[in-house]
Amino acid sequence: MIALDRIFRRPVATGAKADRTPSRRLAETAPVDIAPADPLLAYFQQASGAVEIDRLELDSPALRELRSAGVKLVVPLISQGELIGLLNLGPRLSEQEYSTDDKRLLEKLAAQASPAVRVAQLVREQEAEVRARERIEQELRVAQLIQQQFLPKQVPDLPGWQVAAFYRAAQEVGGDFYDFVELEGGRLGLVVGDVTGHGVPAALVMATTRSFIRAQAARAGRPSEVLSQANEFLHADIPQNMFVTCLYAILDPNTGHLVFANAGHDLPFVRTSSAGLVELRATGMPLGLMPGMQYEEHEFTLGPGDTMLLHSDGLAEAHAPDREMFGFPRVKGIVASKANGKELIDDLLTSLRRFTGPDWEQEDDITLVTVSRASSPTKGRVLGAFQLPSEAGNERVVMERVAEIVRPLALPARELERLKTAVSETAMNAIEHGNQLRRELPVSVQVVHDDGKLSVSITDKGGGREIPEAETPDIEAKLAGLQKARGWGLFLIKNMVHDMRVTTDAVHHTVELIVDLERAREGSAHADKQ
Amino acid sequence: MQTSNSAVRHKDGVAIVDLPPRIDASAEQSLNDAYAEAVGGAPKRIVLNFAGVDYLSSTGIALIVGILARSRTEGRQVTASGLSDHYREIFEITRLADFMRIFPDENAAVTG
Repeated sequence: MIALDRIFRRPVATGAKADRTPSRRLAETAPVDIAPADPLLAYFQQASGAVEIDRLELDSPALRELRSAGVKLVVPLISQGELIGLLNLGPRLSEQEYSTDDKRLLEKLAAQASPAVRVAQLVREQEAEVRARERIEQELRVAQLIQQQFLPKQVPDLPGWQVAAFYRAAQEVGGDFYDFVELEGGRLGLVVGDVTGHGVPAALVMATTRSFIRAQAARAGRPSEVLSQANEFLHADIPQNMFVTCLYAILDPNTGHLVFANAGHDLPFVRTSSAGLVELRATGMPLGLMPGMQYEEHEFTLGPGDTMLLHSDGLAEAHAPDREMFGFPRVKGIVASKANGKELIDDLLTSLRRFTGPDWEQEDDITLVTVSRASSPTKGRVLGAFQLPSEAGNERVVMERVAEIVRPLALPARELERLKTAVSETAMNAIEHGNQLRRELPVSVQVVHDDGKLSVSITDKGGGREIPEAETPDIEAKLAGLQKARGWGLFLIKNMVHDMRVTTDAVHHTVELIVDLERAREGSAHADKQ
Repeated sequence: MQTSNSAVRHKDGVAIVDLPPRIDASAEQSLNDAYAEAVGGAPKRIVLNFAGVDYLSSTGIALIVGILARSRTEGRQVTASGLSDHYREIFEITRLADFMRIFPDENAAVTG
């Protein structure tokens, strides 16, 4: 008739006197709760050895309960000075009182049982802890998966611009997000946001917000409209006490012109060559708090050499071990230094690491997006820039679009045809060789008019690898079957324009086709006379 | 990818192959079929008629070179007609013009 259990508000099973059939005894034991404040608890804690229940005089609900359950003798189980359970006994089967020998035997038993019970309890606690931790970790994995799924896989490739992004989740995974949306006319939508809260709920709201903004942005919405629509949408559905801060800006890479609206997100900082460090202010309530919100919309122009930082509070609100906050002044100071793009992100992170120390556990998600305009942007005027996916046949689209872009220059027909051939051949190389016909890799085209020269730059992602030297095509060898029939592309390109320059870095491969406008006009006049 | 077929006509013992508007990788099959069809009529000459061509890529040039190479081993004469000024220049730069007589139009090419 022994039942063991942990003490604090945990059931203490007792035997019942009425029934003596062993198989039914356990079934009839009723758990007895001992409240933490019950004086009986303190009594057992102090007791040395077996306690006869009927002799106790305590105002204790648990004592009354034990008595009514028929418990006669209780032997506290003590392990390392801590009461871990009770050995409860009903009346002796012989109907006699428990003898001193009985009690001594029970005390010995309790002394041996206590450590074993303690071990069992510890094992059980640990198992419960492991299960709880696994559940939390599983949830974290789900949240991370959602987050990763909805963050851009690559940054946009804009000629004359350097765009870089960094995202690092905190241990708990917050609701940070950022996005790049390709818009009509080569414009780029930039989104940075932060959902309050952590874990799966925040990740789901983040995914929803991001998809909604992406869809609205594509419908050519102005930033203020996109945010107020997102606010209505989220307000209807968002869990209570949750909201989203979000900045949405549209950049025209051709001019550096930026239009933006802000739903309570951290202000972007811009280092300008003309006015030092600038904060891009536009007021608006976070998304999802209240319906019917209006969002201010402002404009700014990123000039040559300017750099903009979009960020989330995980950076500025990071704390040092002495609880000092990293703070906006530090962030601004680093933006105001000279770094651009990826370098600026590295500088910010290095400085943060120095500030927080090596043992810092990241408090919140950190999101950083930098947008830098080249300082010596292709001198001259950008007539047009665009990107196309690497699909067979798009070389002709590139050709037609470049022809359209250069129309104002009124090139002689013959020169235009030559340029078109050079452009389509270069684009075909970029699509087939540079980007290996991988649709997701863009071919970027920029057309610049500068100082009597027309330059068409075609960039692919085939940088960082050796480009095999092209064989000079020899028609006689080809006709005799000594050289394969193909291999005319580069030869044609070189012959169709006045100059061709190739530059390559770790990622990109750029071919610049140059037409000397004066020579083009003379050459054409000369050809006309013939 | 849209392809249009080359059509073959016979005139005064000469096979005239009207080339599709676009001669690039997509034209390979059609070009080879047309050549085979033209050869089937045992013509004294084959004229590649470029009058309807508005796009000729380097891959298209390779196809023409391939046909020219075959005709030379087979001892057949292949000429060209209807080239635009631009593609005529390309035929000259690539020296295709040295191995293939170029006529301004179809009639001149048939007369030889």
